[in-house]
Amino acid sequence: MNKREVVFTVNGETRRVLVEPRRTLADTLREECGLTGTHLGCEHGVCGACTVLVDGQPTRSCLMFGVQAEGASIRTVEGLAAPDGTLNPLQRAFWENHGLQCGYCTPGFLMLATWLLERPTPLDEEELRHVLSSNLCRCTGYQNILAAVRAAARELDRWTESAPA
Amino acid sequence: MKPAAFDYFAPRNLDEAVALLAKHGEDGRVLAGGQSLVPTMAFRMARPAVLVDINRIEGLGHLSAQEGQLRIGALARHAHFESAVTPGPLGALLARVVRHIAHPPIRMRGTFCGSLAHADPASEWCATTLALGGTLVLRSAGADTREVAARDWFQGVFTTAIRPGEMLVEVRLPVLGPEWSCGFAEFSRRAGDFALAMAVCALRLDRGLIREASIALGGLGGRPVLALEAAATLLGQVPSAEAASAAAEAAAAHCDPHSDVHAPAEYRRDLVRAMARRALAQAGVA
Repeated sequence: MNKREVVFTVNGETRRVLVEPRRTLADTLREECGLTGTHLGCEHGVCGACTVLVDGQPTRSCLMFGVQAEGASIRTVEGLAAPDGTLNPLQRAFWENHGLQCGYCTPGFLMLATWLLERPTPLDEEELRHVLSSNLCRCTGYQNILAAVRAAARELDRWTESAPA
Repeated sequence: MKPAAFDYFAPRNLDEAVALLAKHGEDGRVLAGGQSLVPTMAFRMARPAVLVDINRIEGLGHLSAQEGQLRIGALARHAHFESAVTPGPLGALLARVVRHIAHPPIRMRGTFCGSLAHADPASEWCATTLALGGTLVLRSAGADTREVAARDWFQGVFTTAIRPGEMLVEVRLPVLGPEWSCGFAEFSRRAGDFALAMAVCALRLDRGLIREASIALGGLGGRPVLALEAAATLLGQVPSAEAASAAAEAAAAHCDPHSDVHAPAEYRRDLVRAMARRALAQAGVA
């Protein structure tokens, strides 16, 4: 097949891969880069399990082709913990709040929440729920996922109490 | 769930893009945000032989108000509308509508023009563009720019007036002055789902009376439609709960919703009545 060379960075490391144009970014990360932390759930943009950050934006990597990533800076779940494996505050909050159940949706939620916590505007309950509604958890463990992101936001001083209704 | 093979081109300018579309005709598809096209390719409902990725073309992401028109370029993403892109009722309406489109990650890649080109029956931007009487601007190789009015654009499910080789390069919406008021409401079972019904309205008031009215409905199957009878009931009226009820009844009575696995037609008809009333209430008719 007509494979193409594509160059991008993943978690700061330059990757040069050969992919067919039809290869999604998700499959490119998993198959060509060996980064299987990015999970594929529905493969048609509904579940959000494959969410990664592309040039700082949360992106469903099943809805983007690997060839489109030329020159892009990509962050995946593999880039969150310290090199020695120490969890970052968001990962630790998931651990402490039982935000992982089967773990399948976790990488997508972590990357979505990473973006949410890095935004300049403080986070409140309404926005938290609005944004996290992007992704599905097949265990329906949403309350603990919300609690985890809330806890991380508090620890990182990103949380603001919503105005009383 | 893997797309079929295709040839991929990422042209650097518009001339190159339309030349590729001219060359490949019905085999070629424009790839902008890809948030609708790529899922249909994953399901192999679409199997384009050629994708023309326009994301590398400079100057297509414009969003500017000029000569009374908001010009929305082919690469203006949904998320750009989350804060008002133009002062007054138009920017406020678009900012309200966009919060109903899928989810933040989808909104950051998906484009306004892509929604109009895809023409999903439940597209918020399609119903909005129809209600506002927008204009679609098309480019093709070696031809003059063609303009199509929104009312002539939508032909059916995923079917528009676009011709092979054409690319939708811009959508224009009329900038609305302070005498206009607008509303939008939709119903979906879960946040971000395709709506089962939606209503968009734009009204012009003069000395306390409604002088112009437009209402569009979406999510009913087929294509977005103008609720002409409902809009007509509002003309010359003082904004009131009675006027809203009469218009909502007319919208429900004259629409032709489809039944599908998500909702029967009569449920959608009830939703049209409720959504029309909510949209009108936002526009001050309550």
